[in-house]
Amino acid sequence: MKKILYSQRLAPYFFIAPFVITLAVFWTVPLVRAFMMSFQEVLYGESTFIGTDNYERLWRDRVFWQALFNSVRYMLFTLALLIPIPMALAAIINSKIGSARVKAFFKASLFVPALTSVVVAGIIFRLMFAETDSGLMNQVVGLFGLDPVRWLREDIPGLVALLALAMWRYTGVNIMYFIAGMQSISTEYYEAASIDGASKIQQFFRITIPNLKPTIVYVTTISVYGGLAMFLESFMLYAGNNSPNNQGLTVIGYLYRQGVQENDLGFASAVGVVLLVVIMAINITNLTLTGTFKKEAR
Amino acid sequence: MSNRTMARSRHVLPRRLFVAIQAVFLISIALIVLVPLVAIFVGTFQDGNAIIRNGVTLDVDLSELSLDNYVMLFTDSGLYFRWFANTLGLTIAQVAGTLLVSSFVAYGFAMYDFKGKNAGFVAVLLLMTVPFEMMMLPLYVLVNDFGLADSYAVIVLPFLAAAVTIFFFRQYFLGIPKELLEAGRVDGVTEFGIFFRLVLPISMPAVAAMAILNGMIIWNNFLWPLLVLRSAEKFTLPIGLNTLLTPHANNYELLIIGAFFSLIPILVLFLLFQRFFVAGMTAGALKG
Repeated sequence: MKKILYSQRLAPYFFIAPFVITLAVFWTVPLVRAFMMSFQEVLYGESTFIGTDNYERLWRDRVFWQALFNSVRYMLFTLALLIPIPMALAAIINSKIGSARVKAFFKASLFVPALTSVVVAGIIFRLMFAETDSGLMNQVVGLFGLDPVRWLREDIPGLVALLALAMWRYTGVNIMYFIAGMQSISTEYYEAASIDGASKIQQFFRITIPNLKPTIVYVTTISVYGGLAMFLESFMLYAGNNSPNNQGLTVIGYLYRQGVQENDLGFASAVGVVLLVVIMAINITNLTLTGTFKKEAR
Repeated sequence: MSNRTMARSRHVLPRRLFVAIQAVFLISIALIVLVPLVAIFVGTFQDGNAIIRNGVTLDVDLSELSLDNYVMLFTDSGLYFRWFANTLGLTIAQVAGTLLVSSFVAYGFAMYDFKGKNAGFVAVLLLMTVPFEMMMLPLYVLVNDFGLADSYAVIVLPFLAAAVTIFFFRQYFLGIPKELLEAGRVDGVTEFGIFFRLVLPISMPAVAAMAILNGMIIWNNFLWPLLVLRSAEKFTLPIGLNTLLTPHANNYELLIIGAFFSLIPILVLFLLFQRFFVAGMTAGALKG
């Protein structure tokens, strides 16, 4: 016993044991089971092997394709909005010009939405995007002389509400990521560039962006994952998993509907497996293209 | 006036103007971002049914505002404070457990060379980016099969060895000089004693950052408790509030004021420990 406590050879295995057990019990076992269940029909605890029927059914299911379309569309819009805008704002905050107190206030207030739960944020945004004339967003729309919008009943206005919620919650966090990245860039680069007469704009594109690559890769990766796996934002905004013509339904929402609400576990597992394959393919492509994999494995 | 001072004063004026424009721009955005929180705060003084019907607004009739909802919250709010206490207890227990287990694991990855270390750490990195939504159904099936639903243990156990927290602690431990470990060994301290008695006590900045990050995530945790919890007495705040948001509910006042009140503990912590929030939240991004 005493020997074990002092053994430098055995100690690391004790230290990482909780992680290995977690990985096995709560990740590997459920994933393997889900993979097996995707080839089964599971009814009242009785499982029957049905080959690839679940996948064929999925292929023909128009609601699934719509959910996938909604998820991919949402993900692409969040990439387009939640990377360039926070990066530009971070550059402003990180520049030497300007009042430090104003910047501190700005950072703090943009960070606050990230502290709210998706439940509270969803409730607030649902009430802001009410369809009555007196709802907050319709009053804003009214300032521009436009008619009230039936926000959550129509496809594009519903998407706008969803993206507004995403921007509200994540702009501040992404700004923090980019500021942290920018502060790790050596100031010597900028000094050398100034001496060579490069303008601030040139410096941003020639020095800041190339040196921010690790941060950009990280934010892109979590945005792709988060975007494709988005569910709760829509679940809260539409006060449940049902929305007009399924306009707010995402892939995870569809998985929740089939697996948890309809209890069709075999079919829902097939949905999960397809999503996992898609997400892993994107991630491995991303990590390989950027060389992150090689660096970490070394 | 010499040429040189003229050149400088020409330079100073646009610079001041630029600073002013920047301040107006940043403050405007900051205020817009705060509008939703102000709107729900105003909503706590309004009639709940009217808000659900008409939405929140900042265009309010001051004479219609009242403290009725606050009176209701503190006299007749049903299970609300039970949910509040549940969430507080669960958050404290889960944060303590997660910090202990995750730092323990991270120490193994940071301080030793052993067979399988790289493979293990790549697994940590992969788990860091896989969203829980992907795992929700397989885990839900597992829990149902073993009849473990409606228990707090099931909410906590799968997440004690948390990938992001392990990663953060590993980075921190890598910066601790190995001489400290050697000194401990010379003094006859066990490998585990070195971790608990020498390394953990000097790692308090990392503990604080991760306590805040995990505390926030767990306080707001929604999807997994939604799948696990069944009985109303065991609900946490997010689950309880969500049950109030149905078309047939008759307690919309509690929904609004309860949602607002659930923000307060996190906001207070943020105002006190803003530095640690940012350190915790940006932990994962700096691995490049």
